[in-house]
Amino acid sequence: MNHRFLVVGSGLIVLVALMWSATIPVAGQARAYRAPRTPDGQPDLQGFWTNTTYTPLQRPKEITKEFYTREEALEILKTSAVLESEQTEPGTIPDVHYDFTQFGLDRNQGGLALNLRTSLIFDPPNGQLPPMTAEGQKRTAARAEARKRMGRPTDAVQNQSLSVRCILMDRAGPPMLPGAYNNNYQIVQAPGYVMILVEMIHEPRIIPIDGRAHLPQHVRSLTGNPTGRWEGETLVVETTNFTDKTGFQGSSENMRLTERFTRVAEDRILYQFTIDDPATWTRPWSAELPMQKTIGPIFEHACHEGNRGLYNTLAGARAEDKKAAEDAARKSSSQ
Amino acid sequence: MRNRFRPSVIVSVAIVTVLVLTGTVTTGQSPTYKAPRTTDGKPNLNGVWQALNEAYWDIETHPAAPGSVTALGAAGAIPPGPGLVEGGLLPYQPAAAEQKKKNFENRLTLDPEIKCYLPGVPRANYMPYPFQIIQTPKYIMMVYTFARAVRTIYMDDHKEAPADSWMGWSNGRWEGETLVVDTTGFNGQAWFDRAGNFHSDALHVVERFTATSPDHLLYEATIEDKNVFTRPWKISMPIYRRLERNAQIMDFRCVEFAEDLIYGHLRKPSGK
Repeated sequence: MNHRFLVVGSGLIVLVALMWSATIPVAGQARAYRAPRTPDGQPDLQGFWTNTTYTPLQRPKEITKEFYTREEALEILKTSAVLESEQTEPGTIPDVHYDFTQFGLDRNQGGLALNLRTSLIFDPPNGQLPPMTAEGQKRTAARAEARKRMGRPTDAVQNQSLSVRCILMDRAGPPMLPGAYNNNYQIVQAPGYVMILVEMIHEPRIIPIDGRAHLPQHVRSLTGNPTGRWEGETLVVETTNFTDKTGFQGSSENMRLTERFTRVAEDRILYQFTIDDPATWTRPWSAELPMQKTIGPIFEHACHEGNRGLYNTLAGARAEDKKAAEDAARKSSSQ
Repeated sequence: MRNRFRPSVIVSVAIVTVLVLTGTVTTGQSPTYKAPRTTDGKPNLNGVWQALNEAYWDIETHPAAPGSVTALGAAGAIPPGPGLVEGGLLPYQPAAAEQKKKNFENRLTLDPEIKCYLPGVPRANYMPYPFQIIQTPKYIMMVYTFARAVRTIYMDDHKEAPADSWMGWSNGRWEGETLVVDTTGFNGQAWFDRAGNFHSDALHVVERFTATSPDHLLYEATIEDKNVFTRPWKISMPIYRRLERNAQIMDFRCVEFAEDLIYGHLRKPSGK
């Protein structure tokens, strides 16, 4: 217990120090900062970045304003960090499995950019996803129905989520949203390409900046097909050719994602994205969050290779089935 | 009779030796070729590249052989190949040679490729899929098609591997026209090929990438592993630029293709 509070306490000191030194990007704010240039004249986005945040995608119902004050934001971060690190009961199985003093420390101890926004969504201005179209509602219901028909998650590996299967973490995207840990990115730029190495499940995003067209529509993948261009200070990445397997917030496979990366300070990129999916929402919607400079390197995340948890989950379920069948047989033979 | 044949035997052994030696060292490069430069004055190795040989089956010199999946017939047969290894065969220690044999016999259950595990080094470089080099002064990224494997080559921030990994920890430097990559920190679980050639976590690979024309790289590697081999050994091969206008690394997220193999026996039987 003492050890736990010590770790959290020192983490908070780092966190607070970082926050005070940080500038706060606000959408629409005039940006005096001009990024350094790569040798071929592009804004230089290279380095290691983290988009770790406690800010939710949608504005909590009880919050009516778009921005917190700095004091409110700091208080929320402090409370969130303490709550997160205390969320398991010492000595319990969840505590052994997910000891948040040993694992998943990114949010409550790592570098975290202060974000005064009350939600990542800034358009619509109410911070909520726009209403779903009838088609979107129908698809969402059909997906829920299909999930029910599949049976329990432990019935077959394919019933498990993509993240449990180490195929794609729910929030690794694109769009790139943070989860509780591994929210790190390395950006490198070579002539004609920007590459973003997403730490989570080692996801390399190779973005061609050479004016090429997207792949033909029938060639689809979980992370879609990106193409990029520069608009002044901003890298704009358009991604299409998604599948219907990810369904980001209920999206369709024809979702069009536009991401905008703008370096707004030496130690910060403003990351904004717009989802345009008329088959799902009545209007496009946009969100933004800062990417804060962090220290590298990014280490290999061989998620699938070490996925003992998934194997044991399924093996455990079959062992339970076997025991239940044996118990039932014993019961019927003793009658 | 014996005496009569002896000179010709010696001659043919000599010819074979010369063939093997010259055959494994890539020819065709001009030693004076100077690659175009990046803005920081280094040979520009950016591009989409791919090896073209049979080493993904077996890096040793090997004849054609039947495959192990009957349904695949000739399409699943092992194609013959001269291999990449200088001298043709790997210098295994006796126990390791036994292990290699076992690996080959059980390759359908043991080969990490079948399970979509990260392919390791040097194997990633001669799998039959393209990889892309994205070159910057501080980091050279190699992004492989298979399993979306990534290597970061640290050019100026050399350090020891912080922990073991599948793709290892790569420190790079330029020696004139050549990119030299020194990789250690392997977890010892990867293989060299589908034939069960393997190594331990003591693997140390030093690779040399040298452009020999606008569209060719000479790839050479020296491989050491004191737990498995009696001495260091060398491989070499050309790597070719993928010249298609639309050459690119497409998504080959292979995990879902290996799930039934890995977890299929844990599926709940239907109707229960």
